[in-house]
Amino acid sequence: MCLALPAEVIAISGEVATVDLDGVQTPVSLAFLKDVTIGDYVVVHVGYALSRIDAETAAEQLAIMSGAEIQAHEGEPA
Amino acid sequence: MRYVDEFRDPKTAKAIAARIHRDVDPNRDYAFMEFCGGHTHALCRFGLEDLLPDNISMIHGPGCPVCVLPVGRLDLAIELALSRPEVTLLTYGDMMRVPGGNGASLLSAKARGGDIRMIYSTTQAVDLARDNPDREIVLFAIGFETTTPPTAAAVKAARAAGLNNFTVLCNHVLTPAAIDAIMTTGSEQTRARLDGFIGPGHVSTIIGAEAYQGAVDKWGKPIVIAGFEPNDLLNAVHRLVNQVNRGGAQVENAFARAVRPGGNAVAQALCEEVFSLRDSFEWRGLGTIPASALRLSDGYQEFDAEQRFALTYTSKPDHKACACAEILRGEKSPVDCKVFARACTPEHPIGSCMVSPEGACAAYYLYGRYRDIKRTNEPAAA
Ligand code: SF4
Repeated sequence: MCLALPAEVIAISGEVATVDLDGVQTPVSLAFLKDVTIGDYVVVHVGYALSRIDAETAAEQLAIMSGAEIQAHEGEPA
Repeated sequence: MRYVDEFRDPKTAKAIAARIHRDVDPNRDYAFMEFCGGHTHALCRFGLEDLLPDNISMIHGPGCPVCVLPVGRLDLAIELALSRPEVTLLTYGDMMRVPGGNGASLLSAKARGGDIRMIYSTTQAVDLARDNPDREIVLFAIGFETTTPPTAAAVKAARAAGLNNFTVLCNHVLTPAAIDAIMTTGSEQTRARLDGFIGPGHVSTIIGAEAYQGAVDKWGKPIVIAGFEPNDLLNAVHRLVNQVNRGGAQVENAFARAVRPGGNAVAQALCEEVFSLRDSFEWRGLGTIPASALRLSDGYQEFDAEQRFALTYTSKPDHKACACAEILRGEKSPVDCKVFARACTPEHPIGSCMVSPEGACAAYYLYGRYRDIKRTNEPAAA
């Protein structure tokens, strides 16, 4: 029910985007998300884009997860 | 798929698990509740609990909208579809097979002649209302904050199109209220064990990370918001362990690639316009919780199906054998239910937790976790 998937925006026409959802092109409403451009990835849920995926943050998170021992909050006092 | 596959890398999963093993305090137990049923499914599907140290237990939370909808609310929809021939009832597919009172379901009501149709998006609801002016189109709206804005958008679109044959049977519920309910109505034992929460990722894209500050302040338990891929979840468990070790109780946003501190302001404003808080709402398992659900706001009363069809809610009991209530409160695990995988299966579900793709019973059944799972109420290290 709350499940949503990341999908790439490949076209925008007014308030409706076409996204590529794992190879399937699907229309998605941009009613809640105004600052979207082609090439962005958005979180799609029941036909609506809920949020934009921030590529930089995602890359940082991946780097931390994949082994960088420096995790900002780690070992810090409360 | 981008932003999915990278967060499933098995090498990274092992590295995070190694860090968890390194950082856990062997002299204590940890119990974390993953609030969201989507997280429960990811835990089971990827066998993540097997990667965790024995002294970490995951308690499955109430974040499954289909599961927490009480029988009485489902029966309102079933009775409406059967008693009003002019009504076309629209529902997301998840709801179709959930057992209501007397074992009836939307699917069986459809077989008995009710005009009940599955939709994928609320945009279809508005189109159906426009294309069928002689039908009363009723959207059976359920879900947490993730699913609420699409309902609000449909109501706005219906008003803009001047449609007077579209209404909403509103059952939208609120995540922070459910967290409070776990901390107030759950068993003493569960509360005492609980060291922190994994916060729901998709709900948080709407309500934002800041929405949990109140719960953290009130209950003194850390909340780490996580995405739905296996490494997201392991990372969240690691962050929880670290917080607990240093006595922290903070909101951490471990799904920052999609969740902003303030959430989605456009969606929030729309929901605020279209909906108001109900005084109280009954949840399966969690009981009647004040200010925990939404109704159509005063400015949108003409879209309220409960008003238009004069529906009155009656509370109805769950099936006697079903332990969904205790499971949703984190007191039991599916394997504690006597009929689990015997009389109750996805083909013949007795309770909602076996039907929904986010239900804990369905997750255990699908991924075979019931073979050697720890019982919820046994401390892990015992
Ligand atoms: S196994 Fe079936 S009957 Fe038992 S708690 Fe789960 S849904 Fe209810």
